Amino acid sequence: MDAREVRKDFPILDQEVNGKPLSYLDNAATSQKPRQVIDELKRFFEEDNANVHRSVHTLGERATVLYEGARAKVAEFIGAPSPRGIIFTKSATEGLNLLAYAWARHRLSEGDEIITTEMEHHSNIVSWQLACRDTGATLRAIPVRDGATLDLDAYERMLSNRTRIVTVGHVSNVLGTINPIADIAEKAHDAGAIVVCDGAQAAPHLPVDVGALGCDFYVGTGHKMCAPTGIGFLWGREALLEDMEPFHGGGDMISDVWIDHSTWNEIPYKFEAGTPPVADAIALGTAIDYLNAIGMKAIREHEIELTRYALERLREVPEIQIYGPTDPELKGGVVSFNLGDIHAHDVGTIVDSWGVAIRAGHHCSKPLMRKLGIAASARASFYLYNVEEEVDRLVEALGDVTRLMGGRS
Amino acid sequence: MSGLDELYKEVILDHYRSPRNRGKLEPSDFDLHRDNPLCGDEVHLYGHIEDGKLVGVAFEGKGCSISQASTSMMTERVKGVNLDNAEELAHLFKRLMQGESLADDERLGDLAALQGVQKYPVRIKCALLGWNTLLEGLKAYKEKHEG
Repeated sequence: MDAREVRKDFPILDQEVNGKPLSYLDNAATSQKPRQVIDELKRFFEEDNANVHRSVHTLGERATVLYEGARAKVAEFIGAPSPRGIIFTKSATEGLNLLAYAWARHRLSEGDEIITTEMEHHSNIVSWQLACRDTGATLRAIPVRDGATLDLDAYERMLSNRTRIVTVGHVSNVLGTINPIADIAEKAHDAGAIVVCDGAQAAPHLPVDVGALGCDFYVGTGHKMCAPTGIGFLWGREALLEDMEPFHGGGDMISDVWIDHSTWNEIPYKFEAGTPPVADAIALGTAIDYLNAIGMKAIREHEIELTRYALERLREVPEIQIYGPTDPELKGGVVSFNLGDIHAHDVGTIVDSWGVAIRAGHHCSKPLMRKLGIAASARASFYLYNVEEEVDRLVEALGDVTRLMGGRS
Repeated sequence: MSGLDELYKEVILDHYRSPRNRGKLEPSDFDLHRDNPLCGDEVHLYGHIEDGKLVGVAFEGKGCSISQASTSMMTERVKGVNLDNAEELAHLFKRLMQGESLADDERLGDLAALQGVQKYPVRIKCALLGWNTLLEGLKAYKEKHEG
């Protein structure tokens, strides 16, 4: 793939910020959208807009076919055996909360354990914390070793017949670490636990096959993979989904309703109460078509090369501290760093004046920040449209950070 | 670059690089640790009060240049000031951060240099951290001695 050609599909990238060409390196926060996705949103509202699963008129049929088509595209994209196991959510966060409510709260009790990790996004910690608070279960975390990878020996020692859920991020949003999900899942299953995988930072960037990963549930979000915000997905093994209580009550999720009780619709509709974000789901399908046309393998290879280049260039910067694995083959396209004792917010503000957009802060991963012994970090994260010149501009801008902020007494 | 130059004025960078009144203060009449959980700025503020005046003020902390410089400049400005005036200054500074054009207000002195923060809404809470801590310290002191 040629990132220079790909860039032409993203209108937003063709602009100057603070008098400099925009270098958008905040893709782990959200990705930009290609013209194809923007056009499909407009086309849908101009031609096909209607509610789904309700209306018998032509527009209602068209909207339903497109919406269900998008579900099938998500299923194929992550290697799910059938669209029946794909539930549209508003975000990966909502997917995790759905599981914490509809699975964990009905099945856990005192003495049970949930295992998460120290490198998780807050959504994969707090959702389970709340479930533990309500059930008396205990939340434990696999430690991070050498600031880069999960301590799998410690994980094995943590597993027991009390372990009910193991929930792990596929790719860390801070360190970029690609976690060994298949290995983790196998050991969890041996202990009798179910396995949840948070794919928010993985599905946009590398080929995903839930069958090979061996997890029981996989969550993702559209806005980090070229689709709009407000649409995400949860995949679950159908037998587990069938067995679960609903999450939200409302329209579309029921089979029949009396005043004193109701029966539930079949999966996946049992978990989709209310009118969904129809256009956004359809646009997620378009984003998947777009990514497939380029090829997830090609996108992954491009990000490995760009990350390799970024790590090399960033290592030249005086006083830089880079976090996470150093081998680009073992990580996603995410590089977190600090410059001496300069606060990441100063780094973020100064490089922005060079047109370079990076994230600065704790990245919704405070336990990991604490483990790394830092309050915050700067983070550059790449996608299919990023090019080496943008890394060069970041490195040049970092020189300016040192010039402005350096020399503290 | 003009926006950036306005944010990182030389006087602000000077306070960031060489903070004034840095360290612990003993004895002290208030001693408070506060942080901005979203960005990780931290300030530990000490105040020593005699005859209704803030005769000693010092801080420890870590965080971004704006939070640390603003706190350093604050300690310089409020040292030796009576408590009511210190409080008034804190409220005046908050109004500056809320977007009022107070740069010419003589009471602010060097603090007016922080006006550039107005254009960076995310950073306003950084500039306010030291001041909010001061207001809390003064309030606690007053409650203890007047209540």
